Amino acid sequence: MTIFEEVLVGNNLITAFVFVGITVYLAYFISDKLTRGRFHGSAIAIILGLIFAYFAGVFTGGEKGVADIAILSGVGILGGSMLRDFAIVATAYGAKFSDLRSSGKAGILSLFFGVILSFILGALVAIAFGYEDPKDITTIGAGTVTFVVGPVSGSAIGASSDVIALSIAAGLVKSILVMTLTPLFAKQVGLDNPKSAMVFGGLMGTNSGVAAGLAAVDPKLVPYGAMTATFYTAVGCLLVPSVLFLLVDVFF
Amino acid sequence: MVIYGIALLGICTLVGLYTGQLLGAFFGIDTNVGGIGIAMLLLMYFSNSLNARFKIGDISEKGITFWSMIYIPIVVAMAAKQNVIGAIDGGFMAILAGIIVVLVSFIFIPIISNFEKNK
Repeated sequence: MTIFEEVLVGNNLITAFVFVGITVYLAYFISDKLTRGRFHGSAIAIILGLIFAYFAGVFTGGEKGVADIAILSGVGILGGSMLRDFAIVATAYGAKFSDLRSSGKAGILSLFFGVILSFILGALVAIAFGYEDPKDITTIGAGTVTFVVGPVSGSAIGASSDVIALSIAAGLVKSILVMTLTPLFAKQVGLDNPKSAMVFGGLMGTNSGVAAGLAAVDPKLVPYGAMTATFYTAVGCLLVPSVLFLLVDVFF
Repeated sequence: MVIYGIALLGICTLVGLYTGQLLGAFFGIDTNVGGIGIAMLLLMYFSNSLNARFKIGDISEKGITFWSMIYIPIVVAMAAKQNVIGAIDGGFMAILAGIIVVLVSFIFIPIISNFEKNK
């Protein structure tokens, strides 16, 4: 290792600040010059991040994107759940109780509806692909809820490890699509106020997807979407291995 | 003092996550139940009541707003550490399931938002 690398690795969190700073600068440059500001800089920054993660995965064979590269290991800390959760909580500063209260019902409705809808769609895809064992169908359906609910439910009901891996993949696809598609569809689906942000958080549920999706649309909406999304994985972990698994078991 | 703001944010976050973990243990699931949401409610409560009774102060406030502003760079870092290969390697079925779920969920955003409005 050269001395330069040693400094970068030894101060990995600071290296991560520089890396993310350059990425964001590049993203705003692309946004400005190539899309004339039509595509938001933060949306491009998130997509750039995912592209870097893809190539890092190709080169390192690891699972943590650029964080598997020694000099960029600090990105794993900066983008890890500890600082992400801390920053999400901070966005609530200045959010209004009244907005939360007036959209609370829609948020709770979307939460349960979202978990069940995602599960049913995932289960139907599994059935369409020829899965017949209720454990397999349930686990794949759980994966489309979130990539946490997939393995939690799968191991609770005793699914095989390759089906659990598949459920994690389905959840990852969902999370990445929410990150990238949200800025594209935000206008069409009316995602521009606290209420629709709460419904969005409840329907999508994936924490990273919701966090990134709203960041790219309007950071002011983050606390509302994050508020419902924070209950989503828990509702999924409660409903899927119990009620929803029993229902699938009845039909198959 | 700027650290007061950061500490208040930290207290809210820790209390929220702790409560969420307790709720998870109560329901017998190994996941945090709404910890972030609880932490956000706490911070909203403090920011409202502190402003009314005793001021948190402009500089202390910066300890919170800094983290709120650094949110997007953190999300960019989070994107850069995703297991993108894992998603693509999951095969056609995993990708198809993800696409269908996300697209259908988008369709329901205006439906649920408006449904509540009309009632």
